[in-house]
Amino acid sequence: MIKGKFIDNLPKVYGIYTGGFLVFIIIMAIAEQAGMSAKMIGIFFVAFTVLIYALIGWLSRTLQTDAYYVAGRQVPTVFNGMATAADWMSGASFVAMAGGIYFKGYGYMALLVGWTGGYVLVASLLAPYLRKFGCYTVPDFIGTRYGGNLARFSAVIVLTVASFTYVTAQINATGTIASVALDIPFEIAVYVGLASILMCSMLGGMRAVTWTQVAQYIVLIIAYLLPVFWISNNIGAGFFPHFMLADEVARIAELEGQFGFVKNSAADLATVPKGLAGITKPHSSVNATPWAFISLAVCMMAGTASLPHVMMRYFTTPSVRTARRSVGWSLFFIFLLYSSAPMLATLSKISLMDPTLTTGIIGKSVADVQALDWYQNWNQANLMFVSDFNGNGTLELNEFFMKGSAVVLATPEIAGLPYVISGLVAAGGMAAAMSTADGLVLAISNALSHDVYYKIINPKAETAKRLIVARVLLVLIGFAGATIAALEIQGILGSVIWAFDFAMSGLFFPLVLGVWWKRANAPGAVAGMLLGLISGTAYLVWVRSGGSGFLGITQLTFGIVGASVSLVSMIVVSLVTAAPDAATQKMVDDVRIPSGKTILGKQH
Amino acid sequence: MSKQEQHWEKTRNLLFITLAIWFVFSIGIFLFGAEMQESSIRPFGYPLTYWFTCQGSLAIFVILIFWFAGRQEKIDDEFGFTEREGEQ
Repeated sequence: MIKGKFIDNLPKVYGIYTGGFLVFIIIMAIAEQAGMSAKMIGIFFVAFTVLIYALIGWLSRTLQTDAYYVAGRQVPTVFNGMATAADWMSGASFVAMAGGIYFKGYGYMALLVGWTGGYVLVASLLAPYLRKFGCYTVPDFIGTRYGGNLARFSAVIVLTVASFTYVTAQINATGTIASVALDIPFEIAVYVGLASILMCSMLGGMRAVTWTQVAQYIVLIIAYLLPVFWISNNIGAGFFPHFMLADEVARIAELEGQFGFVKNSAADLATVPKGLAGITKPHSSVNATPWAFISLAVCMMAGTASLPHVMMRYFTTPSVRTARRSVGWSLFFIFLLYSSAPMLATLSKISLMDPTLTTGIIGKSVADVQALDWYQNWNQANLMFVSDFNGNGTLELNEFFMKGSAVVLATPEIAGLPYVISGLVAAGGMAAAMSTADGLVLAISNALSHDVYYKIINPKAETAKRLIVARVLLVLIGFAGATIAALEIQGILGSVIWAFDFAMSGLFFPLVLGVWWKRANAPGAVAGMLLGLISGTAYLVWVRSGGSGFLGITQLTFGIVGASVSLVSMIVVSLVTAAPDAATQKMVDDVRIPSGKTILGKQH
Repeated sequence: MSKQEQHWEKTRNLLFITLAIWFVFSIGIFLFGAEMQESSIRPFGYPLTYWFTCQGSLAIFVILIFWFAGRQEKIDDEFGFTEREGEQ
């Protein structure tokens, strides 16, 4: 059926894969009609997809450094776009973002703008130039451009702090999904998630991660779009929801006016399980100040352009030109999901709130709601809660609570879709969290194995030894991440936002100025990275421990403090120390034109 | 001015135009979020600010990147700095 090289047959291979996955969904739907239990369907969906990824990971195993670190630099534009989209869209995008929008409305929609607008910065400021550089990792660029082990090591520190914060959130997400779908305790489920993640990345490094990420993108986008279209058609909101939900948005605003936002007393709220939230903000009106919105969007945009696991995806394309175009494709594939998230939030909310729909629960009797099957399931998992605070026997808007991450997962059941869709959504969420976790764990272990071990500690190490070190580190980092994830310090969305702030604090300006300002030198870059990271972290700790903050900068936007300090210290220190030597200046000139040899050789 | 300096000047100008458009749709318009929401312009019937955060700005970013890539390729071609096949 398939002849010739794998790379030449990609559309065919993934076409067959997509067809096979659709057939699998149909088989599951038939099995459900034939009486298969919801639990079994969930297990089948998660197990089947994870096994496929593991198979791809095994088939892509490699013993070559350029295949392990940059997938041999032969990933075509559009496929790299898909892989980046999966790499990028994590459990936070898939599972938590629609929930954030659901509860916080406009204030959290800044994430939609920030997490897409950042790609304009990636395409115009960084990706093509880093591709021309020919590096394996982001610290590789910093270390070579600025020169010196200190600069390289500082970059590794920032990368590790940001990516590790991020990866704990992703392992948390895989754990949440695995615990619901497989019906096992969360503390065990995080290790099940971890094992799946390691299976995809360990043997084949970047090459394996690339081809599993393409497969994961296909699963996650089907899993996200299918319920949105289905629910929209089901409740008669329109066959193409993105262009047709204006009436529903207006209806929610009307219902909000009718129900009102009643503030719960502290004593009542104390009975609500930890981490669950009620609807307290209007759905579509502008409920945040311009600064609150813009500062969050700016942090997410600058963070996007500094996160190493995204940047390193553009090291895998065949050329500078394809790297640039690939950024456009990445954003297109991301756009498909992001433009659907607010539609999902709208459909989910109207399904619950509108008393004229059969699925509406607000205004119904509390006892009836508590008797619903899906309510009992999600309540048992500690993800949903209702309570009759005012004792009138009727469920009010302020008496319904849900965990942000449950909105996407529970919506198909709430809207009365067959369970097969819930299984599909669980598989999609798993794909989203796994694909990002893979990219992150690989980014950290590559930086430690290539930049710290090979470039600093043991430059004479042989290829085989380097790759063993890389794999051992991969497993260790994965376990450390899972252990911290099991502690549940911060919610999924919160930790992801922190990761962006960390990355922005330490890496944004050292990366951008490395290409765009020839005068930037090593002492400046080190000052920029370390002072940026330290000041950002200090601000976060201060606000977390009850500090009042300044200029309306919150714990979600501390990157603004870090990046400002980073910029100023980098410019000042660069200017008071000696300019980079002629060789470095020449290197920057070479990076700025696409033609000619890469700065670093094919194998290094 | 050498060929390379001219190439870089054009590249930099393209960057400024790209970032200006980016600024307008990621930051600029949201300074007037509350005012825009009341506007009588309602794409597909959605309130204007709501539409921009859901779809408008996002779609503009996608188009902007492809436009930018095309322009940059033209600049590279003009100065003969485009990579040749198999050079990397």
